[in-house]
Amino acid sequence: MASASAGPAILVRDVSRRFGDRDVLRRLNLSIGANEFVALLGRSGTGKTTFLRILGGLDPEYEGEVLVPGRRAVVFQEPRLIPWLRVLPNVGLGLRPGGSSPGSGSPKHRSSWRGELRRQSLEALAEVGLASQARAWPVTLSGGEAQRAALARALVRDPQLMLLDEPVRCPGRADPHPHARPAADLCARHRPAVLLVTHDVDEAILLADRALVLADGQIRLDTRVTLPRPRDRGDHGFTTLRFPACSPNSAPRNQPRERRREYGPGGKS
Amino acid sequence: MPILGLVPLAIIWFGVGEWPKVFLIALGCTFPVYVSTYAAIRGVDLKLVEAGQTFGLRRWGLVRKVILPGALPGFLVGLRFALVGAWIVDVVAEEINAQSGLGYLINQAQSTDRIDIMFLCLAIYAVLGLLADAAVRMLERTLLAWRRGFSGG
Repeated sequence: MASASAGPAILVRDVSRRFGDRDVLRRLNLSIGANEFVALLGRSGTGKTTFLRILGGLDPEYEGEVLVPGRRAVVFQEPRLIPWLRVLPNVGLGLRPGGSSPGSGSPKHRSSWRGELRRQSLEALAEVGLASQARAWPVTLSGGEAQRAALARALVRDPQLMLLDEPVRCPGRADPHPHARPAADLCARHRPAVLLVTHDVDEAILLADRALVLADGQIRLDTRVTLPRPRDRGDHGFTTLRFPACSPNSAPRNQPRERRREYGPGGKS
Repeated sequence: MPILGLVPLAIIWFGVGEWPKVFLIALGCTFPVYVSTYAAIRGVDLKLVEAGQTFGLRRWGLVRKVILPGALPGFLVGLRFALVGAWIVDVVAEEINAQSGLGYLINQAQSTDRIDIMFLCLAIYAVLGLLADAAVRMLERTLLAWRRGFSGG
């Protein structure tokens, strides 16, 4: 996997991934521009997470070509905070002097780097509204707080590419998107390229500039969401967009050869 | 192999004195700690390891920040088992092969029919065992504060 410095944030050419004899991704092509907020939709088992893991560098066993920026951050489905580190060191986890932001390249004294790391981590926590919990253990956080801490951990890296794996779900709440808003606001401020993996069409339309539908291992629908922001589910355009996007039989655009084939629902990938 | 079967061999190898006891106890402690630590390292949540990797931890960082602390609870369980084993080995080793110590006292008391001394020695054993266990518990409380979210210090 190569790292691109300029141009599109993601360039994916003919990427395939098999698990056993099941083709999860089949010669998938995709390009995402810098600063673009893209939602990747698809039913469960269609390979959304597989694709995200490839982009995140967590799955080296794919075929094809993947170009992603060097500074990328993943927010997983669950927060995945390290339970034995307090919130603040969790946010700064794995950051190294000179590695996080272009400004900190000059060699500094170790302790001053520590202070700098602390300052940046606190700043990121403050951005997600968790500054007061910096010394808390992750186990004491609520689900939403933990997810926001995970978001801070991604933001502190000043990523060129943010990969969000359904991080906004919160079952059993009245508002199904209590964390989607902060995530979107923060992305709007930091302007990384964002790939949001979700199976919630509403969420995709609310947040994204562009929506993709993944089915049968390929991008079956690639559509721009041009509604003015802030968006609301009651908007007229919202409903009209919603229905083509969620129909699995929507006309495939961006789809050269390869006729569509129906596959039974596979296992979780 | 039962560790106590090694007592005579240890006496031949290390003579009479402190060393055979040290050898036997060390041997007796190694395995419970090893087995449970190994299992605990195997059992460290792969999702956390993966998270560490994505966020830039390299090999040593992963071991230090994710894998070892993750295996710590299992290690401490092993440590408690090891302490139990250590007491057993210590008692037997002292009864068979010593010129002093509690086990030696018990043996002497047996031959002189001093049940009071025997009970006293047993009580001391019990207290020492409890103290050792309390020490490990305290260690657990400090090291595993993250589990229940104690504010620690």
